[in-house]
Amino acid sequence: MSRELVLASFAAATESHLITEPRSVRFARFKASFDATAELRRLSARGYRFVARSDGAFPPLLGAIHDPPPGLFLRGAGAEALLSRQAVAIVGARACSPYGRQVARRLGRELAAAGLVVVSGLARGVDGEAHRGALEAGGLTVAVLGCGIDRDYPAAHRQLAREISDAGLIVSEYAPGVEPAPWRFPARNRIVAGLCAATLVVEARERSGALITADLALEEGREVFAVPGEITSALSVGSNALLRLGATPCTGAADVLESYGIVPAEERLPELGDRASAVLERVCEAAATADELARATELGAGELAAVLTELELAGAVTVEEGIVRASR
Amino acid sequence: MLARAVTHALVGLEPRRVEVEAHLERGIPGFAIVGLADRACQEAKHRVRSGVSSALLEWPLDRRITVNLAPAGLRKEGSSFDLAIALAVLAASRQVPAERLAEHAAIGELALDGRIRPVRGAFAVAEGARALGLELILCAPESAAEAELAGVQAVPVRHLGEAVAYLRGELQPAPFEPPAETAEPEPPDLADVRGQERARRALELAAAGAHNLLLAGPPGTGKTMLGRRLPGILPLLAPAEALEVTRIHSVAGLLAPERPLVLRAPFRAPHHSSSTAAIVGGGPGPRPGEASLAHRGVLLLDELPEFQRPALEALRQPLEDGMIAIARASGQALFPARFQLVATMNLCPCAGRGDPAADCSCSPQRLAAFRDKLSRALLDRFDLVVTMPRPRAVELAAGPAEASLPVRARVADARARLRREAPLRTKAADELLTRAVERLPLSGRGRARVARVARTAAALAESDTVESEHVAEALAYRSPKELAA
Repeated sequence: MSRELVLASFAAATESHLITEPRSVRFARFKASFDATAELRRLSARGYRFVARSDGAFPPLLGAIHDPPPGLFLRGAGAEALLSRQAVAIVGARACSPYGRQVARRLGRELAAAGLVVVSGLARGVDGEAHRGALEAGGLTVAVLGCGIDRDYPAAHRQLAREISDAGLIVSEYAPGVEPAPWRFPARNRIVAGLCAATLVVEARERSGALITADLALEEGREVFAVPGEITSALSVGSNALLRLGATPCTGAADVLESYGIVPAEERLPELGDRASAVLERVCEAAATADELARATELGAGELAAVLTELELAGAVTVEEGIVRASR
Repeated sequence: MLARAVTHALVGLEPRRVEVEAHLERGIPGFAIVGLADRACQEAKHRVRSGVSSALLEWPLDRRITVNLAPAGLRKEGSSFDLAIALAVLAASRQVPAERLAEHAAIGELALDGRIRPVRGAFAVAEGARALGLELILCAPESAAEAELAGVQAVPVRHLGEAVAYLRGELQPAPFEPPAETAEPEPPDLADVRGQERARRALELAAAGAHNLLLAGPPGTGKTMLGRRLPGILPLLAPAEALEVTRIHSVAGLLAPERPLVLRAPFRAPHHSSSTAAIVGGGPGPRPGEASLAHRGVLLLDELPEFQRPALEALRQPLEDGMIAIARASGQALFPARFQLVATMNLCPCAGRGDPAADCSCSPQRLAAFRDKLSRALLDRFDLVVTMPRPRAVELAAGPAEASLPVRARVADARARLRREAPLRTKAADELLTRAVERLPLSGRGRARVARVARTAAALAESDTVESEHVAEALAYRSPKELAA
């Protein structure tokens, strides 16, 4: 174990990305002066753990990719074994549309509820929503960082990171103190894809980090799912291109669960009144504005507002930017 | 020789008695005005002298003239003292009877040809005169209607010569005649707004309960159009309210001579480049700002996040207690500002958000900076928040919608109902509210706000109790998480 820790610490000290031991005098000197036991003690004092590639607890799927990291730094309440459970990666655009946000959250919730571990990158947009969805379902989720294990990046997701680490894990191949840098994120993506048997792309622009993750998954022979998007939206160009290249379309959580051999449990809707059921039926057909729903169901604007609140409280719909969408 | 005339200076909205004393004595001829007079006031010397000559009266050329504006400690500004100064000098030189002058207040600016021009604040000055027990006020004919509103008899004089002739008893000027009723132009009508039923409903609730309303959404969805139609569905002002509003508008010099009394709820829409002082009031002798001019009416802030943050934060005080206190070293001016705030905003800086036909190109940083401009504390003060999506073509092609008039009738009924007796929540409604507070991010202030809106919804539905559906509707207009950072 100590060999990998030396390597990870050396990479952090030299701000480089290393997966095998370099043959340099500098590294030899660093190795000679490195006290692995003291370093491990320092890590555990700050609540971090280290799982080396050679360790039995190292996730086998990740160990099987062609450039696995020397080891993973861990924090959070989850056990190391969590990383070896059946997992699905949900990735997508940071600046996603309300549709992408909603789909990511819903799939995160449904996949986690079915028992899969949801893996993502803690980024804004799709990543964050996927984590939140999994948390909503009371499921387990793993966030992979592109910076040192001691950083919460982006800072806006500090609270989310705290919630994830309550039961799940936050992992990184980088030792504490490593600053986030643009080139580290594609490297992070190989871990996201590597931990999972399937990668699900929710929304991706033409050149997007999510596509890199999908490519990495394909290279390793993993399953790739993509959520179909509007052909007019720049945010769907990448995910639709994946579909054209042969990725499996994801039309719901069941599609993904099927590839894992899991039969999803029936979800039960709470009791709703007549008016609420009529509105919900409409919303399930297509997302709509409140005014469109009012016309379709012949309810007054005030009555409809009351019905929408009822549905929102029941968790059946979400309203964002004036558009009502079904959340199941 | 000494003579006196009475006029008033304004401190904020408050008239303060100013005694104009003119003293003539032998000595090196000259003309001095003392008593903390500002520049415009000092220039009165030239206007008064020319005015007196033009009126074919005699200027005491061989005397040393001293005019004192008492109390000398009060700062005087503006040109409204001209008439009083001229009359005091004329009384001191025995061209008008001093005892007759003492029965009148006087207000007006002099033109070089002796004509009398109207000045702002005639209503407030006339109120001050009445408080002193004076029953007559000499003023320009344009100001007469305002002065009469305050319960003082106006003596409308067009020219200094006329004023002198009147005081000598040689002329009885035509008594003041109330202007013929000219109707105010109707505010724009709600029938022009196609579709947007949800936002129209929120507007009706806002009118009935005097709630603050925030309209958000992509450009071109009718946010501003709708905001401008709120005054059209508000009931007319009650008599006491009308006088309050008239006083403020008089001091700001906004009253039209043909419609001295403001009957309709005022509507103000300052541009987003307005300074803090322009919005809440200020200046050396504090003047009312847009917030006070919108007292008992509507203040529309179009493109809310474009306003300077200090200007927005300064609105929090009047939103809470309906009053703006402006402190100066010389004292404090109080301006009433119980207005209803209506604001519009886009959902992001590039305005693409919420519009299916456009893509939002804002970076997360830019979006965060945009949302940072609106503090939680300010957003918290909007009772109703509506996101207006882009209407479909079919809605725009539809015929005219309900006009303002029937809506105004419903609003008036609901207001009367709320004044009589505020409806109480049923048990079911209470439970719903508690459940919502647990499930939704709703602050204590948010809860109170929802309860208020629910009361208005119940009043509009002519219900004696607040049912759970009213609470549910009110909850639908709470501020969504996408507006704040």
